Amino acid sequence: MSIVTLSRLQFALTIMFHYLFPPLSIGLGLLLVLMEGAYLRTGDKEWESLARFWTKIFAVNFAMGVASGIVMEFQFGTNWAVYSRFVGDVFGSALAAEGIFAFFLESGFLAVLVFGWDRVSARMHFLSTCLVALGALFSAVWIIVANSWQQTPAGYVLVSHGGVLRAEVASFWAVVFNPSSIPRLVHTVLGAWMLGAAFVASVSAFYLLKGRGPSLARKSLAVSVLLGASASLLLPLSGDVQARLIARLQPAKLAAFEGLYRSQPRAPLTLFGIPDGKRQKLRAELAVPGLLSWLVHRRLDAPVTGLDAFPPGDRPPVAASYWLFHSMVGCGLLLAALFCAAAWGLRGGRLYGQRWLLKALVGSVVPALAANELGWCAAEVGRQPWIVYGLLRTRDAVSRSVPAPEVLLSITLFALIYALLLAVWLSVLDDKIRRGPEELPAAVPARGWLESAAQLADPAGGSLTEAKEEP
Amino acid sequence: MDLRALWFVLLGILLSGYAILDGFDLGVGILHLGARDDRERRLFMNSIGPLWDGNEVWLVTFGGALFAAFPEAYATAFSAFYLPFMLLLFALIFRAVSMEFRGKRSSPLWRGAWDVSFSAASFLAALLFGVAVGDSMLGIPIARGHEFAGGFLDLLRPYALLVGALNVSLFTLHGAIYLNLKTGGELQRRVRRWAWHAFGIFLTLYLFTTIVTLVSLPRAIANFQRLPWLWGAVAVNVLALANIPRSLFLRRPGQAFLSSAASIAALIALFGAALYPNLIVSSLNPDWSLTVVNASSSAKTLGIMAVIALCGMPFVLAYTAVIYWVFRGRVELGKFSY
Repeated sequence: MSIVTLSRLQFALTIMFHYLFPPLSIGLGLLLVLMEGAYLRTGDKEWESLARFWTKIFAVNFAMGVASGIVMEFQFGTNWAVYSRFVGDVFGSALAAEGIFAFFLESGFLAVLVFGWDRVSARMHFLSTCLVALGALFSAVWIIVANSWQQTPAGYVLVSHGGVLRAEVASFWAVVFNPSSIPRLVHTVLGAWMLGAAFVASVSAFYLLKGRGPSLARKSLAVSVLLGASASLLLPLSGDVQARLIARLQPAKLAAFEGLYRSQPRAPLTLFGIPDGKRQKLRAELAVPGLLSWLVHRRLDAPVTGLDAFPPGDRPPVAASYWLFHSMVGCGLLLAALFCAAAWGLRGGRLYGQRWLLKALVGSVVPALAANELGWCAAEVGRQPWIVYGLLRTRDAVSRSVPAPEVLLSITLFALIYALLLAVWLSVLDDKIRRGPEELPAAVPARGWLESAAQLADPAGGSLTEAKEEP
Repeated sequence: MDLRALWFVLLGILLSGYAILDGFDLGVGILHLGARDDRERRLFMNSIGPLWDGNEVWLVTFGGALFAAFPEAYATAFSAFYLPFMLLLFALIFRAVSMEFRGKRSSPLWRGAWDVSFSAASFLAALLFGVAVGDSMLGIPIARGHEFAGGFLDLLRPYALLVGALNVSLFTLHGAIYLNLKTGGELQRRVRRWAWHAFGIFLTLYLFTTIVTLVSLPRAIANFQRLPWLWGAVAVNVLALANIPRSLFLRRPGQAFLSSAASIAALIALFGAALYPNLIVSSLNPDWSLTVVNASSSAKTLGIMAVIALCGMPFVLAYTAVIYWVFRGRVELGKFSY
């Protein structure tokens, strides 16, 4: 295999593994803020129990995100040296800003969030939770800015240094607010909220089905279903904004997403079809005529650019882009249907007794995770053959001094290590979920004076023996 | 001040922040297997538990800042040090997840495996950082066009390994001094003994490395002749090092910690002084070296980055202060510990 293929494989492997964690951190972060905020407002100990339980899961997930994220920070230099030289002036500042503005905030206050329950006041703890959630959001901002600049470069000039071109910043704000930054950021963050909501809903529905801590599980389910339903309805709207933008700025990408081989007016929106690269058309196509034209240009007869407008060397891989994009949309529609049904069921609490819907919610985390990964892959594959759209080709961007066998070695090691970590992560997660939120402290009047005294002595609600029990 | 020189100094500060803060995390990791039982190992891990993550961010920010300020050096260094760098990443991954996973099961086999992985990963990371510094001092085979023209074995030369060992002993010393600050009773007495041993080993390696450097790398002190005030860093280094045994003897753990932190900062300042204006020295031809001039971003980007740093760093220092204040004092095991 060529060094380009190997480096792309390694980047795909490491980013897809990494991207299992940050969206969940962003989504869970918001839910933690909601739950702990509810505790502070109502004083209801159940919300506190929930916040503590989900914080433990958040911490494991966050650590995995940090551990796999540090790889990403350096991989541009190790495997994509030519790319790094070309974009460093523009792209590097976004990464540095991410470190300074987001990571310090996140990682610092994470310590208070996880270890600080009995060290700081409830208000200070809540503030830390908010700051961690905000930090997670900031890191999304900067990394999406950097990635969006690769998709729709703006605010730069090309300068020659000894015959080698590189992009240099002309306007910092034009780089930050390049045309696709905000729409892509909104879509990514909504996707992350969807994942956080589906994850919490999945575990809560599982507890309800098992009849464990029904009161806690209902609260947790209600807040996650409401968040999930809102995100799932906003996602197609933000997707629509993005699609129109892509049609304008990256038309080859949109054509590949939609399997549109021919430029045409009254372009159809494909509901089903199998891209056939040889014959340059979709097989077994089921399409609504004119709908794509309307979606993209808001006119049924508007012409939409197809793949035939681009020389073969400038087209993204059609089948991969098409399937990635359509699978993402499919997962999104499924989630929207499921979460809207669940939100409807919340009225009068009927949802808590609808076992089929609860079972479907238990499974909802799978399409949510898949949609996040598929969306990221679709965005990256659809940009090919460019690493920086229209400026630098992926095949020209790899490190020249790294021999292919070394990359093969590192991919093999990454694959083994990540497989091990994934297995351990899943087993630890499974363990934590099976154990569930800690029992509520006993209600004072129902028990003897001894327990009441113990509770007074340890207002955090923890049992006095617990520290000894857990060696 | 020239923006390029400013960014050289700022990168040095980020690197010092990383080495001082994560240095003690890695040191605690190296010493981890010396703890006698499960309780002590939990104490060790929990002494750095809330802090290691924020400490590692100094490295991440160093990486981002190097990418932004000197993209040529970022691209050349990381593609040249490909395999050592992959090893370093694996080490940092295992260091992180070992702490997170260890406490999640009580089986001795489970905990033992994560103990070994935690300690080995910390050792390997400390060694590789030292090797990278040693190689930077020596220079590496960089051809015309800033491309690395050597192989993996070119990076494992005796001098580089010597600096690697020096760094392991330095971080071990720093970690022991940190544990001295965070523990009490019999464990603290044992930790203090380790600090003495580590100091002995470090001092031996330090003197040896200094002599080898002065003899074989005259380039390293070229800047000192031009800029005599650099001798100030040497003075700080010597005084801080001398204060370590003094404060250990006088039972002043806080002062010992500040002294080892100051000597790490001074060592990095000396490293920077030996290197400047080079970032990566070519051992093939000095003209092919990467310098702050030929490897830097545009003046505009360096200026933007300076503004970002100016806005961001006060916040960073404030967070760091808050977190270290919240988690001050001796480490205790509670229900939220690992």
